[in-house]
Amino acid sequence: MRAGAKLGLILLLMPLLLWLGLLIIVPHIDMFLVSIRERIGVGRYQISPANYLTFFTEPLYLVTFMRTALMSILTTAITLVIGFPVAFYIAKVAKGRLQSSLFLLCLVPFWVSELVRTFGWMILLRETGIFSSFLQWLGLVDGPVEMLYNDVAMIVGLVYTSMLFMVVPLVTTMESLDDSVIEAGYDLGGSNLSILREIVIPHAMPGIASGSIVVFMLSLGNYLTPTMLGGKDSLWFTELIYSQFIVRFNWELGAAFGFMLLILSSIIVWAMLKVTGQTLEKTMT
Amino acid sequence: MTTADLECLELSKRFGDFTAVDQVSFSVPSGTFFSILGPSGCGKTTIMRMVAGFLDPSSGDIQIKGKSVLDVAPNKRPVNMVFQHLALFPMMNIADNIGYGLRRQGLAKSEIARKVDEALDRIGLPGIGKRKVEELSGGQKQRVAIARCMVLEPDVLLLDEPLGALDLKLREHMKIELKSLQAAFDTTFVYITHDQSEALVMSDQIAVMNKGRFEQVGSGRDLYYRPQTAFVAGFVGESNRWRGKVTRSDAGGALQLTTEAGLVVTGADNGRGLAVGAEAQIFVRPEAIRISRKQDELAHFENRMVGKVQSLLFNGAASRAILRSEANGDDIEVTLPQSGEFADLTRGDDLHFGWSGEQANAFAVEAD
Ligand SMILES: Nc1ncnc2c1ncn2[C@@H]1O[C@H](COP(=O)(O)OP(=O)(O)OP(=O)(O)O)[C@@H](O)[C@H]1O
Ligand SMILES: [Mg+2]
Repeated sequence: MRAGAKLGLILLLMPLLLWLGLLIIVPHIDMFLVSIRERIGVGRYQISPANYLTFFTEPLYLVTFMRTALMSILTTAITLVIGFPVAFYIAKVAKGRLQSSLFLLCLVPFWVSELVRTFGWMILLRETGIFSSFLQWLGLVDGPVEMLYNDVAMIVGLVYTSMLFMVVPLVTTMESLDDSVIEAGYDLGGSNLSILREIVIPHAMPGIASGSIVVFMLSLGNYLTPTMLGGKDSLWFTELIYSQFIVRFNWELGAAFGFMLLILSSIIVWAMLKVTGQTLEKTMT
Repeated sequence: MTTADLECLELSKRFGDFTAVDQVSFSVPSGTFFSILGPSGCGKTTIMRMVAGFLDPSSGDIQIKGKSVLDVAPNKRPVNMVFQHLALFPMMNIADNIGYGLRRQGLAKSEIARKVDEALDRIGLPGIGKRKVEELSGGQKQRVAIARCMVLEPDVLLLDEPLGALDLKLREHMKIELKSLQAAFDTTFVYITHDQSEALVMSDQIAVMNKGRFEQVGSGRDLYYRPQTAFVAGFVGESNRWRGKVTRSDAGGALQLTTEAGLVVTGADNGRGLAVGAEAQIFVRPEAIRISRKQDELAHFENRMVGKVQSLLFNGAASRAILRSEANGDDIEVTLPQSGEFADLTRGDDLHFGWSGEQANAFAVEAD
């Protein structure tokens, strides 16, 4: 009987273990092994930190790495600032039909692929695009303006792509805040600002943390949006990894880059949790 | 005449076609414990929310210390509210909860700390300031919620069924506690509840509310012994009731009612002027009915019946028996005398019982 139960448990856990093992642990171990070897001849390798040294000594790599991190943090911050009032409105102000349709409206862009969504922005922002023509029609500018291929366009695209992942956890946590707690705040003399600061934000903290973590990771690992909307100066770190693996066929350096990205995102996620005073368990529930 | 702390004048609230509060007027003198008692959905919370400022009245006026507060925002009104589910701030500790309002008033830190400690002493929970909200018991949370309002020294404290979430034992205890807290803080309390025993025990004045209107306002004693409407008679305290047509009516107020089953009950209309032929309802309190084993002991009562003990509801001093009348099978609830004379009563015993006509309150049945 006990042995049977044990077998049952193992069978139940199997899919999880397989998924963890085959898709996460094994590839990462393999990637790590690839990243610490150096090609010294045809088909001959030796263990060395050379790839990591290359990463740290080549300014382009390091600068792109830092830029990507900072831009992702900026994207996360902007998404939070826009998403918070939206989520508050959906969770606490809108009622009934309006509430569900607003929520649906946040979902709508995700019915099409990211590629199409990003292309939508290109139609709006390019030289012959809608915004440019509109500004000319208004007489605000003389000739066509190019709004694509710069950092602003790229961040707009990233924020747009990430918005849902910020709004959903925020709405969920804010919905769990009892209306009467907010009313009690007003009743005791609280102003809008103090209620936001002392009641709403502390309550929404787990949602803020989990939304920010997801948005940050999505931005950091995004490839499509920076490639399509970003200019030649807004190189994204994933583009470097892509070029090492696919263009240069330098798997060793690509793997080292991949590992650096993993370390970076781990550190920043950890820092975010520290700043917001959350634990990983709390944000994931 | 001193001005009342809180006065509502013909206050109404309509939600679309539905009138939740209908022309309610009342005034609460300073330092009193005023209760609004009514069944669920009668509009109690709606009145409360209008007074606190979360709802705008459709018509009428609300005055606090003689000044209309209709244009005053909720966070500026000199009233505070204890919410049905307390609504303590779970993200703050107890001291910060109690100090919230004081911080908003911009008091100095040391002053806030002093007042918070004082309030914690008042509610008998010194030294719990550092604890989290979820570490308190239901009754302790209750007291913290009151303290959180009382540190602000409001003119009026509103309490919306604050005992609803507590278990029975604690509720009994908190009734007495609330009354003494009111005395300790010396503030006007407006308390809403659907539990008549809470209202009767604690209040100086009770307003009985039904379907958006006040049926009667008075002391607990008034409501219990001199109900003015059938609703009040039925809602406050227990009653046996009969319904029928008035078949005789004296100038003195005594009347006779014949039920559909043919039972004749004598009662009094206490000046409500019920004419012969009117549909009426008679209410008799269980403690107004005398029981006896001998018929002649009850000879002086206008109403006399014979019945069998159907069941015994033992509840210490408030023990009751349900008697099934032999004449027509009605079940009648009577209070057992505490003399012990009927301590050996058992199911199936035959008893005589009766009550005087003055103890039987008659009301016209409203057409609805
Ligand atoms: N915002 C609203 N819109 C429409 N109807 C409402 C609204 N708020 C309350 N009502 C209605 O008004 C009536 C009175 O509600 P209220 O909350 O005042 O009842 P209550 O006496 O406090 O009842 P309870 O004892 O159950 O709390 C109810 O029938 C309710 O459905
Ligand atoms: Mg209510």
